[in-house]
Amino acid sequence: MTEMTANPPAAIHSGKAAQARLRRRYGAERRFRLICMGTLAIAAVFLVILIGSIVLRGWSGFLATEMELTVTLDPAQIDAANPAQGNYRTIVVDALQREFPDVTSRSDIRALLGMVSNGAFVKLQNMVTADPSLIGQTIDIWVPAASDIDMLNKGYIERDAPEELRRVDDQTLAWIDTFEADGRMKTVFNWTFFTTGDSREPELAGIAGAALGSFWMLLVTFLVSFPTGVAAAVYLEEFAPKKRWVDIIEVNINNLAAVPSIVFGLLGLAVFLNLMHLPRSAPLVGGLTLALMTLPTIIITTRAALKGVPPSIREAAYGIGASPVQAIAHHVLPLALPRLLTGAIIGMAQALGETAPLLMIGMVAFIVDLPHGPMDAATALPVQIFLWADSPERGFVEKTSAAIMVLLGFLIFMNGIAVFLRQRFEVRW
Amino acid sequence: MNLTIATFVLLGLAATGYLMGRRRAVRVTGGNTALLHSRPVYHGWYVALACGLPAIALWLAAIVIGDTLIDGAVIASLPQDLQQASTPVLNRFLTDAHTLSLGGTPTIEITPALEQAAADYARLDALRGWIGFVGAFAVGLVAFGFSYRRIAVTTRTRQPVERVLMIVLLIAAAISILTTVGIVFSVLFESLRFFHKVPLFEFLFGLQWSPQIALRTDQVGSSGAFGILPLLVGTAMVTVIAMLVAGPIGLLSAVYLAEYAKPRVRAFAKPMLEILAGIPTVVYGFFAALVVAPWLRDAGATIGLDVASESALAAGFVMGIMIIPFVSSLTDDALAAVPKALRDASYGLGATQQETITRVILPSALPGIVAGLLLAVSRAIGETMIVVMAAGLAANLTANPLEAVTTVTVQIVTLLVGDQEFDSAKTLAAFALGLVLFIITLGLNVIALRVVQKYREKYD
Repeated sequence: MTEMTANPPAAIHSGKAAQARLRRRYGAERRFRLICMGTLAIAAVFLVILIGSIVLRGWSGFLATEMELTVTLDPAQIDAANPAQGNYRTIVVDALQREFPDVTSRSDIRALLGMVSNGAFVKLQNMVTADPSLIGQTIDIWVPAASDIDMLNKGYIERDAPEELRRVDDQTLAWIDTFEADGRMKTVFNWTFFTTGDSREPELAGIAGAALGSFWMLLVTFLVSFPTGVAAAVYLEEFAPKKRWVDIIEVNINNLAAVPSIVFGLLGLAVFLNLMHLPRSAPLVGGLTLALMTLPTIIITTRAALKGVPPSIREAAYGIGASPVQAIAHHVLPLALPRLLTGAIIGMAQALGETAPLLMIGMVAFIVDLPHGPMDAATALPVQIFLWADSPERGFVEKTSAAIMVLLGFLIFMNGIAVFLRQRFEVRW
Repeated sequence: MNLTIATFVLLGLAATGYLMGRRRAVRVTGGNTALLHSRPVYHGWYVALACGLPAIALWLAAIVIGDTLIDGAVIASLPQDLQQASTPVLNRFLTDAHTLSLGGTPTIEITPALEQAAADYARLDALRGWIGFVGAFAVGLVAFGFSYRRIAVTTRTRQPVERVLMIVLLIAAAISILTTVGIVFSVLFESLRFFHKVPLFEFLFGLQWSPQIALRTDQVGSSGAFGILPLLVGTAMVTVIAMLVAGPIGLLSAVYLAEYAKPRVRAFAKPMLEILAGIPTVVYGFFAALVVAPWLRDAGATIGLDVASESALAAGFVMGIMIIPFVSSLTDDALAAVPKALRDASYGLGATQQETITRVILPSALPGIVAGLLLAVSRAIGETMIVVMAAGLAANLTANPLEAVTTVTVQIVTLLVGDQEFDSAKTLAAFALGLVLFIITLGLNVIALRVVQKYREKYD
């Protein structure tokens, strides 16, 4: 107050103190703005680091190392009548020994064989089974290298490290150098990764099994949750009487949307497995569990879509004699369909990335075979990622990251479709 | 009778009913369908529903009742020792026998008893299939005949068909209720069985959590200790760390996007946050375990701190990143609900933008923001994969975020993944933890809704 009397009133806004005050206020303004911008930048940096670290670790998972062997398909080792039972291991050992004739001791031979993946035997076996006329011939064949060699080739195992700290010893290193010098070692695209199921060996592990499992599961989820969700939303939005129990259903749906996914897993375990005795590890059970989980999302988005259709459409339909059901079925639903599908796809994308409830219903098993239907034992892409992330082998790190990239690819694809639908078919009233 | 084929035949009957009913409706008018009370489609549906509903209902009844009867018959023919086995063991045996009879691979070893049970299943399943199918088909045909003959120009078929549709829609809406009831009952029942073995008081206030796997029955401490407090403390710690990351970043980035950002920045930043929100939690878990945790450990080592490789900090930090978009979008909604008049009034008094935001907009959006933060907390508490992959397994009553802690969700997963014995306190404990989790998240959700309802300012 003393200030007020000391200065004439006009000086409040023009005096030195006023200018300082203004500067302070503008400073605060700038600082606040910068802080807000900074937080957004931090979020962006997190995203870049997250995606970047996964891509950096994972891109090499799409590549595989192969070695060329000159194999003699000795008739003494393969029974022409039953080529599937051949002694392919011995054949590969022979081929390797011919490559390095000075290797004779048992342990050295074992080390030699350790360079080649078990997939080599399978590959030979499949070749001979498909074409038995190969027996007796000598052929050049590219076989997958063992995981350690693959890691070395990709630079994850350092050549300069002291031998006792390195997973590949000096002797093997020399053999590999010979292979490389002869041009008999190459890096190729890892088709195995996209065509096979899980494996204990990183170089043979693939995501096809998990991807198929996810596909069957999502199919079940969609077939259950989409019709049910849309029906429920249509009822609540268009037909439900304004009564107390309808409010209860509404509150309940909102609460259900906030229930942790793992609790849905417990529900699936108790109801589908323990009560209904459905098979464990089946995509059917996973799909049903995820369907219950995505149901609230679909109901909420469908209701929003129905709300988006203006009342005039309904009134026009009533005006030409349509019943309420006809107005909805013939006019409102078709108009709301793009947004409905958008919501469904986003719900499916959520379900695709979900892991925790699947752990509860036994979809974490080690499954090599590809699932051919919703009743076959299977795992799902995110669960596969979880399983591989837990594996101690160095080779699984890049496989995990590569699988994550594939999963993110699917998610981006699905969301892309949703965005496309929204932009292409959205009607503005 | 193959279940799938039988179902399809019955559905085929209904489809035929639809086509024939519709045709008859057109025919009875002599081609002028305007005379009909209901559209031909409704007549089609009328016949289809009249024959399809009872047939399918009977068929489902045959399946459900048959299942109980068949299970009873198979159990009765089992060897004595299996009949006396505990319910879970028996159930698992029956499930596997059923799987085997359907040509699947059972999870337990194939024994002669199992094969015998599988053969019984195959035989009885077939018998049940035929009886049920023939009965359902006969009923369907009779209903078909009656409803088909009723179709005339004046028949009102729209009303009954729409009534059935309403019931179908109502059932769909009720499924959400059923889901809730299912959740409550499934966790409650198993939890009650758990509290028979472990007193509720010990569960809620015990300071020890070690649900050991008893290798031998006479092993010391084989019963385990089931005090939930260390888990709650661990969960709270991870959640607090997550909220310390997500709260400010989510809130302020939403403020920036809503109040300051130019449309071009928004067009770039919104999708970025959506991507962050769309990344599966298992990916965050991998990131936490493989990137953040080692980095924190190394960073701690350089400044002389001992950071556990499964520290609460790493898990909480990454969980915070995951929740940023959640907080941000809920805050955005709350800010958008503040009327423009308040902003204009504040600017009119000469306030800067920052003063307007901190003294006018944020206070009036506060209920919405608080509700959003509560929902985010509930999200963090229920989050599973990040903590399963990046937090510890051993319960550790500590307040040090650099140490390994475990959470409620981690324990549910570790207790239930792998081989389960359904009667052990260990497995049942998972359901008790699930119940606690359900109650906490539901409570937070209800409080959040109440906050919005009670404190929201009405501006019009």
